[in-house]
Amino acid sequence: MPLSWGGAEMFPTPIQKQSRGAQVTYQALLPVVLIMWLLPLLAVMLFSMRPLADFTNGNYWGVPSSFEFFTNYGKVFFESDMPRYLWNSLVITVPTVIGAVALSCMTGFALGIYRFKGNLLIFFMFIAGNFVPFQILMVPVRDLTVSAGLYDTKLGLVLFHIAFQTGFCTLFMRNFIRALPFELIEAARVEGVAEWRIFWYVVLPLMRPAIAALAVLIFTFIWNDYFWAVVLTQGPDAQPVTAGITSFNSQFVAQYHLMSAGSIVAALPPVAMFFMMQRHFIAGLTLGAVK
Amino acid sequence: MSAATQSWANRNRMTLTPLLFLAPGMLFFAVYVIIPIFQSFNISLYEWDGLGEATFVGARNYQELVTDRAFEISLWNNVKWLLLYLLAIPAGLFIALFLNQTVFGIRLYKSLFFFPFVISQVVVGLVFSWFYLPNVGLFDIVMGWFGVDIRGGVLGNPNTATYGIIAAGIWPQTAYCMILYLTGLNAVDPEQVEAGRLDGAKGWRMLWHVILPQLRPATFIAFVVTIIGALRSFDLISIMTNGGPFGSTRVLSFYMFEKALSEYGFRMGYGSAIAVVLFFIMLFFIAYFLWSMYRDEKEARR
Repeated sequence: MPLSWGGAEMFPTPIQKQSRGAQVTYQALLPVVLIMWLLPLLAVMLFSMRPLADFTNGNYWGVPSSFEFFTNYGKVFFESDMPRYLWNSLVITVPTVIGAVALSCMTGFALGIYRFKGNLLIFFMFIAGNFVPFQILMVPVRDLTVSAGLYDTKLGLVLFHIAFQTGFCTLFMRNFIRALPFELIEAARVEGVAEWRIFWYVVLPLMRPAIAALAVLIFTFIWNDYFWAVVLTQGPDAQPVTAGITSFNSQFVAQYHLMSAGSIVAALPPVAMFFMMQRHFIAGLTLGAVK
Repeated sequence: MSAATQSWANRNRMTLTPLLFLAPGMLFFAVYVIIPIFQSFNISLYEWDGLGEATFVGARNYQELVTDRAFEISLWNNVKWLLLYLLAIPAGLFIALFLNQTVFGIRLYKSLFFFPFVISQVVVGLVFSWFYLPNVGLFDIVMGWFGVDIRGGVLGNPNTATYGIIAAGIWPQTAYCMILYLTGLNAVDPEQVEAGRLDGAKGWRMLWHVILPQLRPATFIAFVVTIIGALRSFDLISIMTNGGPFGSTRVLSFYMFEKALSEYGFRMGYGSAIAVVLFFIMLFFIAYFLWSMYRDEKEARR
C-alpha cells in the first residue's frame, strides 16, 4: 500500500485548473492556516527559548528579551531527571515494539492463512479486546503486576504493553496477510515445504511493509502512553517520560521556559520517528483498511 | 510414505500449526486482557482496599452509583465528549479537502498538519493549559479582544473547563481524521469524478453523491477511532485539571481511577463497578464495529 500524495482526476478541482487569483489566494492561505493550526505548539516553542525574566516581567508573547535556547535545554538535560525518564521510555518502548510485532506476526499468520473452527471468533476477540476501556483492566493488571514483583519496574510495563498491543497488531497483520497472494503459499505446499518454513521463508519476507508500519505506530503509542505508566510505576527508576514530566514540572513550578523545553524534549522522539517513516506510519494508521 | 507411518503430528499439521502459532499471543492476551475483564466484574461485587481482605457486598457498589452525584456528572461529561469529539470527523474531512492539492511543498504541509497527533496527549494537555492561562494565555488575550472574559480562565471555570479540555482533544483527533481522509481521497476513482463532472456535479453535490460514498472505509475507521478515543479520554483531564474545578471535568475513566487509586481512597470494588459501566457503554460500540466487520468479512468470502 505505497502512498503517493495526489492523483490524476482529483477532488476538489486541482488549483492549477482554477483562476490565477484562486491560485495566489490558496498559496497565501496555506501558511496562514498552518500557523493558526499549530499556534499552541508554536507558543510553547517560543516559551522554551525565553529567559525566566520574561515571565516574571509579564512578557509572555512579545519579543524575547534574550535568546536562551541553549541555557534552557541544557538545564533540561543536565539538571533534571529528564535524561533518565527518556532512557526509561526507550527501554520500555523498544522491547514492546519487538515483542508485539513478533507475537502478531505469528497470530496474524495463523488467522490469515488457516481455515479452522473458531478462526473468526479468535480474531474478533483480539479486536474487541483492543477496544476495551483501560479501566476495566486496571485493578486486576495492577494486582497481577504487584504480586509478580514487577510493580514499578520497566519489565512490568513492557509485559502488559506487549499483551495489549498484540490485539491491535493482530488485527493489522491478519488483514495484511489476507491480502497476500494465496497461490504462493499453495505452491509452497505442493512442493512439500513445511508449514513453519512457509511462515519463515514465504510469508515473513512479504510482511516487511506491515512490520515497518506497525513498528513505527506501536513506538508512538507506547512512547505516548500515560495511563499505564501512572498505574504501574511511580519513581524515576521506571517511569517513562510522559509520567516523569509531571514530576519534572513540579521541580520547576511556574518556570514556563523550562517546562516548555521539557515538553518539547518529551514529544520529540515520536515526532522524529514520524518524519523518518512517514509512509509506513500512515499506512499503519488507516488500520490497513484504506488503501 | 504410507498413511500408517505418517506421524500423528504430520497428519494433523493443518490444525496444529495455527494452534502453535496462536499460542504465545493468545496466552499473553488472555492473561493481561481477557481474564482481567472478568476479574473486574467479580471485584465490582466486593468492597476491597487492594491489600486487605475483600468483603462481598453483592450489588451494593452499583446501588451506590445510582445516587452518586460525581458519577452522574462523569457520565454526562462522557456524553459531551462523545458528541463533541465527533466534530473531529467533518473537521478532518474539511482540512483534507483543503490540502488535497498538488502544489509546491504540499507534502510538508500535510505532515505538519498531522503533527498534533504524533505528540503525546500529556504534552498536548500541557500546551493547551498554557494556551488557556488566565490573563497571560494566548486564548484569554484573544478572547479579551472580543470583550469575552471567562472568570478564572477556561480551565478554572466549572462551566467551561470540560469544553476547554475537549477542544484540546479534538485538535489531535482532527489531525488523525484528516490523514484518514487524505489517504481515502487519494484512492477515489478518477473515472467516477470525471463522470460526475460530465454530469454537471460540482462542489457540495459532487462531495455528497460521488466522493463521500467512496470515502466510506475512511469514514468508518474515523468513527471507530474517534468514539474509542472520546471514551478513553483520561490523559488530558489528568494533566489539565485533574478532574477539577469542583470535580466538573471528571469522566468515567478518570473518576474510576480516582476512586480506585488516588488519594480519594483505595476503593477497588467501587472503581471496578464504574469501569464495568464504562465497559458496557464501550461494548455497545464495539459490538457494532465487529458486526460491520463481520458483514464485510462475509462479503469478501463470496
